[in-house]
Amino acid sequence: MGGRERLLGAFSKGRPALIPYLTAGYPSLGGAREVAEAYLEAGADVLEVGVPFSDPLADGPTIQDTTARALENGADVDYSLGLAGEFSGRAPVVVLVYYNLIFARGVERFVREAGEAGISGVVIPDLPVDEAGDFARAMEDAGVAFCPLAAPTSTDRRLEEIGRLASGFVYCVSVAGVTGVREKLPPGAVELLRRVRAKVSAPVALGFGIGSAEAAREAAGEADGIIIGSRLMQLVGEGGPERAGRWLQEVRAALSESAGGGH
Amino acid sequence: MRQRAESGYFGPFGGRYVPETLIHALEELEESYERYRNDPEFVEELDALARDFVGRPTPLMLASRLTRRWGGANVWFKREDLAHTGAHKINNTLGQILLADRMGKRRIIAETGAGQHGVATATVAALYGKECVVYMGEEDTRRQRLNVVRMRLLGAEVVPVRTGSRTLKDAVNEAIRDWVTNVEDTHYIIGSVVGPAPYPRIVRDFQTVIGREIEAQARERFGGDPDAIVACVGAGSNAIGAFHPFVGREGVRLVGVEAAGRGLESGEHGASLAEGRLGVLHGAKSYVLQTPDGQIREAHSISAGLDYPATGPEHAYLKEEGLAEYASVTDEEALEGFTLCSKLEGILPALESAHAVYHAEKVARELGPGRNLVVCLSGRGDKDVEVAAEALGVGPEVSGGR
Repeated sequence: MGGRERLLGAFSKGRPALIPYLTAGYPSLGGAREVAEAYLEAGADVLEVGVPFSDPLADGPTIQDTTARALENGADVDYSLGLAGEFSGRAPVVVLVYYNLIFARGVERFVREAGEAGISGVVIPDLPVDEAGDFARAMEDAGVAFCPLAAPTSTDRRLEEIGRLASGFVYCVSVAGVTGVREKLPPGAVELLRRVRAKVSAPVALGFGIGSAEAAREAAGEADGIIIGSRLMQLVGEGGPERAGRWLQEVRAALSESAGGGH
Repeated sequence: MRQRAESGYFGPFGGRYVPETLIHALEELEESYERYRNDPEFVEELDALARDFVGRPTPLMLASRLTRRWGGANVWFKREDLAHTGAHKINNTLGQILLADRMGKRRIIAETGAGQHGVATATVAALYGKECVVYMGEEDTRRQRLNVVRMRLLGAEVVPVRTGSRTLKDAVNEAIRDWVTNVEDTHYIIGSVVGPAPYPRIVRDFQTVIGREIEAQARERFGGDPDAIVACVGAGSNAIGAFHPFVGREGVRLVGVEAAGRGLESGEHGASLAEGRLGVLHGAKSYVLQTPDGQIREAHSISAGLDYPATGPEHAYLKEEGLAEYASVTDEEALEGFTLCSKLEGILPALESAHAVYHAEKVARELGPGRNLVVCLSGRGDKDVEVAAEALGVGPEVSGGR
């Protein structure tokens, strides 16, 4: 089964897929592996691996700090794709990568390497669908899903376009803003999920600012997947991979209780 | 080219590489610009402010001592340093505040390197009664503290950016983050011909007043087009503004001057057209200083305004098509230009402009006597006095006296 199919499979478990994020190379090159292990042990359905970039303009302070540290640790694109590939046999892996890193490598080469590493999907925070056509098609040909973002500010016309290009899940940005922990689910998040669902047939995952089990549970009624990043990276920073893993287990339990959500 | 520009591209350069959250705001800005750019009331308001608030037209001045010294073409200065707030930046900020006002945005954000754009933005925000937040790299707040004080006096909040290289690049990242978060009621006044479409075109159009005035003044002063126009290029707005009416016109050399910093071979410079590769930064595809892996490199220039690792997509296009030529000048050479301009013409130029002044000698000599060369003096050097004094070893101590 190809990477893309395995990714889509993760969304058909009768409860929202749990998608924890880690920055490749944080807290160290080896430490990132431990983080991924801890996530899998905690019951992650999909791993999201962030490739560190010098100018992560969609990210808030927490992820900025982890990417800066990862770059200091020597995490480059080769390392990041290698890390993603190491785990792609055990769970579908989605790579989050800023577009210049792909462009510098050469789109063709990146797509080929992602396919070879068994990567299931790609999220590119600074590549809106208007600029993504050729890339999304190349990804699809390589069996790797393109996972576009949808924002509260996206018009219905744009949501249709996003739906057309999505070969994986649609990454719904819960709030106009950057990544970062917010205690409560932002009020517009549920409305966005409903609007996206009305226009898009792909699975719908919610991310940006889901910082508590409660927020995850709230979102679970409407989302096919929950993406959690900043809170986990904070916990890794404070107490290492185990601490993040333990917290993720709680979220996982909360999501299981609310089974029946999604579609 | 025009058709491509309207699609957000100049040849292969430009585009809109930003988080999805911002797309709606960019579309709104584009629609608003299309609607108002030829609206008589808008144009009249802008023209009146340009005249009464900015002091336009700025003069075209014969720099006679430099002309004599170099023994080449007549050297003319386009005196953008005489515009209100001391630099060409006011032309663009004024145009954009009018747009922001018509779009009903109550809050203005901006990024600034040398502080000139921040001061210009704080100025127009005060004029229109808008809340104003300016992001500035911490390193630049130190180098350009006079401008930090000016912005605060004008009522703006200045936020020092402590991420990355703590200079302009990081201030832009932070401004974009703010914009993503507050996009509903906030307009981001981008300070140069960079960023996602439609910014490079809008900023160019508002800066084209420089080139249009050069065209008219040249006709009046020496009866025709200049033989060359020289302007400094960081991200490149004063240069595009000066060049634009002359692009493709026979017999007019357009020369952009980048910052070679400590020398191109040192790797510490801001010469993205000379040394960069095609890449994506801050929303547009252009020439970018980057590592082979695609990480953005830090730029260096003695001038905070040229300390940026990319350049406007239209400059990349002009270079690629051979419509303009680009050179680079080191920190040391720029200081020489600064000194020459100060001592021979009685004008302390901005260190940015000093790059253009230095390179003008070469172009003037190539052109030869009787020809005419316009140097865009993009801003005045008050803000750079401390940096220049330190680099040149000039202090306020009075020795002896007579």
